[in-house]
Amino acid sequence: MVYFDNAATTKLDKNVLESMLPYLTDSYGNPSSIYKLAQENRIAIENARSSIASIFNAKPNEIYFTSGGTESDNWALKCIAQAYQKKGKHIITSSIEHHAVLHSCKYLESQGFRVTYLPVDKDGLIDLEKLKESICDDTILISIIFANNEIGTIQPIEEIGKIAHEHNIIFHTDAVQAVGSVAIDVEKMNIDAMSLSAHKFYGPKGIGALYLRKNVKIMPFMDGGAQEFSKRGGTENVPGIIGMAKALEIAYKNLDENNIFLTKLRDKLIENILKNVPHCRLNGHRYKRLPNNVNISFEFIEGESLLLLLDSKGFFASSGSACTSGSLDPSHVLLAIGLPHEIAHGSLRITLGKYNTSKEVDSFLTELPEIIKRLRDMSPLYDEYLKNNLG
Amino acid sequence: MINMAYSEKVMDHFMNPRNVGSLEDANGVGTVGNAKCGDIMKIYLKVKNNVIEDVKFKTFGCGAAIATSSIATELVKGKNIYDALKITNKAVMEALDGLPPVKIHCSCLAEEALHAAILDYAQKNMKADEFNKLKEKLKTKK
Repeated sequence: MVYFDNAATTKLDKNVLESMLPYLTDSYGNPSSIYKLAQENRIAIENARSSIASIFNAKPNEIYFTSGGTESDNWALKCIAQAYQKKGKHIITSSIEHHAVLHSCKYLESQGFRVTYLPVDKDGLIDLEKLKESICDDTILISIIFANNEIGTIQPIEEIGKIAHEHNIIFHTDAVQAVGSVAIDVEKMNIDAMSLSAHKFYGPKGIGALYLRKNVKIMPFMDGGAQEFSKRGGTENVPGIIGMAKALEIAYKNLDENNIFLTKLRDKLIENILKNVPHCRLNGHRYKRLPNNVNISFEFIEGESLLLLLDSKGFFASSGSACTSGSLDPSHVLLAIGLPHEIAHGSLRITLGKYNTSKEVDSFLTELPEIIKRLRDMSPLYDEYLKNNLG
Repeated sequence: MINMAYSEKVMDHFMNPRNVGSLEDANGVGTVGNAKCGDIMKIYLKVKNNVIEDVKFKTFGCGAAIATSSIATELVKGKNIYDALKITNKAVMEALDGLPPVKIHCSCLAEEALHAAILDYAQKNMKADEFNKLKEKLKTKK
């Protein structure tokens, strides 16, 4: 089997598992208790907090542990908005956010907030001029996804943060896909709040964090305990926290080397597919994209059938077609970059990881054209195209 | 994940679809669905003396769309058009050992494509009163 869905989740790194094991077995103390068994865990999670903070040039007391990206996004959006609602009720985001942000915005709209959804260009980039124009006197929060989970486009985060700060607006970024792939300095990039999730960088599932700049106010997300500076009650997920810190340490220690490897495989996939399969296009920016992301739309075919046939050959990938989302519409991200519905339905997302090999990419490139041809031979849309274009 | 939700029958018809293709000498063709929604089915019939002698399909769509098209062609091959019209989306689903709830519309599409192809044949080849009777029959069934 070949796993090409690393944006969905990644395989736990063995070294991460090893770091977690003591906290799943003998070191089971509750960090809030006062005896030695517990206090050792308190020390371990505070060390993890420091280690995570240092990777992003943040301070330890600016890192809050959560259950993952979705919680971090929900918390940041809803509870920063709540904390600043006396100052204003306007929020700016983009049309290509993850649903954790988009649906939180929908909720805020139902609570009387106004939300501007910035459009993106054909490559998935927001327009900084449009961002400036959409700022109002009562704008309290800008939330823009760091790197898109579907098309991999990386936004000009530093510039967005600069604009936010020039207008005294808080800047949150959903960095779930970027963390582990992109070097992030919250000071230099003017980031006030940032969501991350461990299972996207070879850490465990069910653990994430919200970075929140010291002077930024936020309402508590979970009431009940004094954990996480009384902002997020609940006994800490100790093994998860330890695992996340370890996973981040590994990811950033090997960042450049890993990215060179992934970019090489990514570019091989993109160039080879665009050259050898007719009627397809790359989605997302050609260069301002995550090193592991390939997203290509194939005309005349539908994504789910493509995934099933790939699955039958042992390749696990994903698609933005409606049939894989459980709704009738294809991905909002693909529509936002201007793809017509029928072409958005035929999209394929391959997201590489450090455990993939050059050989796997080669065997995929051998199989893919045949699979595409097989589906096109079955497609009445392709018939129509041939009839109209070849006489 | 998607795989798990489909029965073995569905996967069999998806992986090895029966009667894929088009018929040069078709005398009844039905196309339903639209590309925007991600499903188009086209069924070709060759009917002689009201009996479906040959049938082919082409489908743009998900696994279920391809599987329902395939089984629908199998169900009608050799049948006379009146019996073929009795085939409902439910029969299509049963023949596939069921479909996940979000895919039921694919079985409806297969029924519609089949009906459209038969009506196309009937309109072109039957006398007006016979064709109208057939249309009425379809209406009352629904």
